[in-house]
Amino acid sequence: MKIVVASGKGGTGKTMVAANLGYVLSRDRKVTLVDCDVEEPNLHLFFPAETVDEAVTAENPVFDPALCTQCGACGKFCRYGAITVLRDRVLFFAELCHSCGGCRIVCPEGAVTETGRAIGKVGTSHPLPGLTLVSGFLNEGEVQAPCVVRAARAAAGDYPLVILDAAPGVACAVMETITGCDLCILVTESTPSGLHDLALAVEAVRMLSLPAGVVINRSDGRDEAATAFCREHDLPVLMTIPFGREIAAIQNRGGLVARDLPGFTEKFAALYTDAVRLCGVKE
Amino acid sequence: MIICITADGPDSGAQVQPRFGRAAYFVFADTEKGTFEAVKNPVADAQGGVGPRAVQTVIDHGATALVTGQVGGNAASAIQASGIRACAFKGQGTVSAALSAFLAGELPSLL
Repeated sequence: MKIVVASGKGGTGKTMVAANLGYVLSRDRKVTLVDCDVEEPNLHLFFPAETVDEAVTAENPVFDPALCTQCGACGKFCRYGAITVLRDRVLFFAELCHSCGGCRIVCPEGAVTETGRAIGKVGTSHPLPGLTLVSGFLNEGEVQAPCVVRAARAAAGDYPLVILDAAPGVACAVMETITGCDLCILVTESTPSGLHDLALAVEAVRMLSLPAGVVINRSDGRDEAATAFCREHDLPVLMTIPFGREIAAIQNRGGLVARDLPGFTEKFAALYTDAVRLCGVKE
Repeated sequence: MIICITADGPDSGAQVQPRFGRAAYFVFADTEKGTFEAVKNPVADAQGGVGPRAVQTVIDHGATALVTGQVGGNAASAIQASGIRACAFKGQGTVSAALSAFLAGELPSLL
């Protein structure tokens, strides 16, 4: 089973939910946590451990000057602006390339080949007996986040229980994370921007026919707007986490509320069983 | 000599657009023929990677000089590699005025 934690809005507590869920479940079964927020991975901050890194490479074109006639076909094809064809040579902007391979295909002279270039890494660690953590890291200035998400998911393999921490928003990297999962936990806060972005995330998971439920985080007890939204969209509210200084303090020092705050072990264990039950997913 | 001037409109009377890659039009002034040719910038509203693609349009139309307000990093690299001379036109003015200033040698180098 693959459970993805997503939100739409950033800073709602996706990583907190993923980390605590992973921690609680790892006490009696094997769990793999995958940090797919590759532009800003931070799940590892909750689970310090020795990590084995593997480079992630993306295919980039190489232009053979002996064969190139500067016809311009590759530059015209590239919608990302990664290729400028000068009068005497081809100029390539590696960090704009999306590795689509189109330039190689359209070149009438066969002057384009491909080579791998490191754009990030995937780190794997075993911080707790039942827990494996796989984190994707995209190098600064690079655009191919989905490529690193794909590599992190591949490194996690087909473990029986995988929890994926998605990036905020609903861009390509998030779609890459959500696709192929069995269940989505959407974390929100009862603010106008939280609900606005939740609506976008709901649209994304519905497009992929993914069962979903909602966690309301930082609740001040007045969650009418959020609960009304969930009712309207036929989304079960799986858990409500109160707004509290104690929770924030534990988070800030990289702690786990499910371990450090009484009652939260049970709450996160219930989140899992409720999510599976209410979303009608077979374990 | 063909000089490319970034503009808001498709003729010599249009205002100069200071942003290179996002300009609506590239007006190509041919000093030998005394003509102006306007080309709609195909990437004016594109998402990203605009700079190098805009430079491609300038190169493809045979310009050896460019007059604009400012260019981004990737565009600057492409302009430099292409050998096109880029000059800065600051403030407001028409394409004709910018061309006159360029030909009089009054415009400073942009890169």
